[in-house]
Amino acid sequence: MTAAPLGGSTPLVDAHAHFYPPFAGRADWADVNAARFRAGERVGISYHVASVLGSYGFTSPTYFPSPHDCTRGNDYMLDVCAAEPRRTRMYVTVNPNHTAHALAEVTRCVARGAIGVKLLASRRADDALLDPICELAAEHHLPVLHHIWQHRRREWPNQEISDGLDLGRLAARHPRTTFVLAHLGGGGDWAHTLAAVKDIPNIVPDLSGSGVDRGMLDAALIELGADRLLWACDLTIETGLAKLRALEVIGMPKAQLEAIRWRNAVRLFPPGAFPGLSA
Amino acid sequence: MSEDRHVLDVNTLIGTYPFRYVPHPDPDVLVRVMEREGIARAWVGHLPTAFHRDPVPGNAQLLAALAPHRAVLDPVPTVRPDWPRWERTLRDSVDAGAPAVRAYPTHWGMGPHDPDMQRLALASGDAGVSLLLTVRFEDLRQRHGLDVAGDLTAAAIRTLARAGEQVRLVVTAAGRELVEEVHWSLTPEEQGRVLWDISWIWGPPEDHLAKLFTTIGSERFCFGTHWPLRLTQAPRANLDLLPPELLDSRLGDPRWPLPPDPKNNEHE
Repeated sequence: MTAAPLGGSTPLVDAHAHFYPPFAGRADWADVNAARFRAGERVGISYHVASVLGSYGFTSPTYFPSPHDCTRGNDYMLDVCAAEPRRTRMYVTVNPNHTAHALAEVTRCVARGAIGVKLLASRRADDALLDPICELAAEHHLPVLHHIWQHRRREWPNQEISDGLDLGRLAARHPRTTFVLAHLGGGGDWAHTLAAVKDIPNIVPDLSGSGVDRGMLDAALIELGADRLLWACDLTIETGLAKLRALEVIGMPKAQLEAIRWRNAVRLFPPGAFPGLSA
Repeated sequence: MSEDRHVLDVNTLIGTYPFRYVPHPDPDVLVRVMEREGIARAWVGHLPTAFHRDPVPGNAQLLAALAPHRAVLDPVPTVRPDWPRWERTLRDSVDAGAPAVRAYPTHWGMGPHDPDMQRLALASGDAGVSLLLTVRFEDLRQRHGLDVAGDLTAAAIRTLARAGEQVRLVVTAAGRELVEEVHWSLTPEEQGRVLWDISWIWGPPEDHLAKLFTTIGSERFCFGTHWPLRLTQAPRANLDLLPPELLDSRLGDPRWPLPPDPKNNEHE
């Protein structure tokens, strides 16, 4: 007999997930992918909305993937979706420094089922080079999941500065595009982010990240409301489960919990992206 | 998953945190959270004391605040071994029924080979209490500009583990890399002196906790939440999501060494 899902029996969309390809330079890539599915089944994740970040640093940097690695990674993600159509959906990963390639890659992968765009801070989030990608995303009703380091105002190696203020400027230029602000719990000061995006309605943070600061969920609900939050895990599914359990004990109305669990995702991603789920 | 792994939470604190608002860091709230989460007992430190020069007043506040809750909350006072009369503070802590004492060498500017810290580790072991170390309170990427202490290093931990056979360390808020660096830099006998809480170790899909249980052994780990700074639900979720073959793993018992004379330990 299958055990009841630890995260509850109602639908659950992980809006920020990753899979590893064989060319990621780590011998355990298949084990990590299998572990995501194992834990996902145990938690009760209906859909993993995932991306592959090029070669994850093996042949080009994770946050600055080469066009070739973007294409290889996207091809692998397409393969995952083809092999696991019941439980996976895809963000197409692009590097905005290579505009023509990025636009072509979005078009190619959307035609094959991608439902969102993944940007990695290969360029600062408010850079004009992101504009054509965001316009194309709006045309296809694709949310743009943008990697964010909460409250990062100075340079660190391996990725460009991009925080809530930067993404806010981009989102203000593209009011028709939905921006998923990556991993509110993924490092940095989430309180800064909440203040930075509070008045920008087309920014929707996901709750993923290894960070499980007490007070973060409460503050996010107060500042943004349940309709602007997406449940997600990124690299740590156990913190996703912990956040689900914490949301339940906050005592929020069932409708708000369902909004965070899956209804917001159904509303923000292209129509029909999640068969069996309708808002 | 066996429930006995969750009986004792070694990593809780009360009191405010200087660098961000933390909701309700009070002992009565902690007790309610423990009841809700099925945690029978907790070791409790005093969060503000980590940032004080003299830990004695904070220890007094801790003992007073926990007095109504001693049936389920054990005090873990702070002992600063470069402060005058620290031996008395240690003795008072033991007399108060503390199962462990806390120390924050990075906050006190002590390097990894600081002789005072080694003296504290030895004296704590002689007194029959563990020395509880905190690798970090917050993620490095979110720290306040004035919070410059840095994470506790593997060098500091292994130096203390090597200090003597009576040493018992409980290390909280460590990640996989730190655990592995320390564990494999120690002899088997020295490894047995260190217990790690699981509050900051990643679960699936990277499965750091599962890998550590497999390579180092689950008995080298204990349950810890890092309350009130982190969600109480996190370590339990991590245990719940272990691979099926590890779900029955047993955690180590942080209560070692047992008090020398239980009859003299009133709160037991």
